[in-house]
Amino acid sequence: MSLKSPLGQAKGLGSAKDGLHHWWAQRVTAIALIPLTIWFAFKVAILSMSDYQTVLESIGSPWSAALIVSLVVAAFYHAALGMQVIFEDYISHKAARIIAIMSTNLLMFLLGAAAVIAVVRIALGG
Amino acid sequence: MSSNNRPLSPHLDVYSLPLSALISIVHRGTGAFLSIGSIVLVWWLMALAGGEEAFMSAQSFMGSFFGRLILFGWSFALFFHLANGIRHLIWDAGYGFEKEAVEKSSLIVIGAAGFLTFFVWVIAFSFGIGA
Repeated sequence: MSLKSPLGQAKGLGSAKDGLHHWWAQRVTAIALIPLTIWFAFKVAILSMSDYQTVLESIGSPWSAALIVSLVVAAFYHAALGMQVIFEDYISHKAARIIAIMSTNLLMFLLGAAAVIAVVRIALGG
Repeated sequence: MSSNNRPLSPHLDVYSLPLSALISIVHRGTGAFLSIGSIVLVWWLMALAGGEEAFMSAQSFMGSFFGRLILFGWSFALFFHLANGIRHLIWDAGYGFEKEAVEKSSLIVIGAAGFLTFFVWVIAFSFGIGA
């Protein structure tokens, strides 16, 4: 037996408007980020005092570049989802909330795109 | 009418936040901090893509006292959010909700975050001396 009203069942939306997808995407990106961030943090630590050419070759090697692009996409998606929840909880004014969420989404996309372009350029030796 | 034995709401100004509640808000704080701090990662990758001169000036900023301070805070925030995020995933799977388990996992989260931060900086400095 469902406690939802017939209209609610037909529309399939709770008070959060889009239900499960946000929650699920946050978990999927979180799981992806566990190995990726640990790997990247220690990689950067090892490279911290290396010269330009060494860092360039290490970051730009095919597997490194692929993993960093994966890391960047997962991280900025995860960040956008997380910031959205914070804004939903603390900004009660509807227009301000929508503007905050939308501009964060756009900014996270821009930063993610910039990082991907940088890694692609490093990998392809532009 | 006696009101001596009636239950009271917590007095918020003398209510000490339990460790688990403190970790909960810090998880959110570190999440927001890391979102802003991701600009550092993009800047570093952009500098590396931009050529040796851009990269060396980024490296010298990161190597300065202020740069290292930011990176240290950044790395602790990252490992804290990572460790507590794993705890959240375990909760999502339905485990570890008992009071004792929560108190224990709070300490594990802090210990793991501290250890990983310490370890990554030891590696950074030991490779620095070797290079």
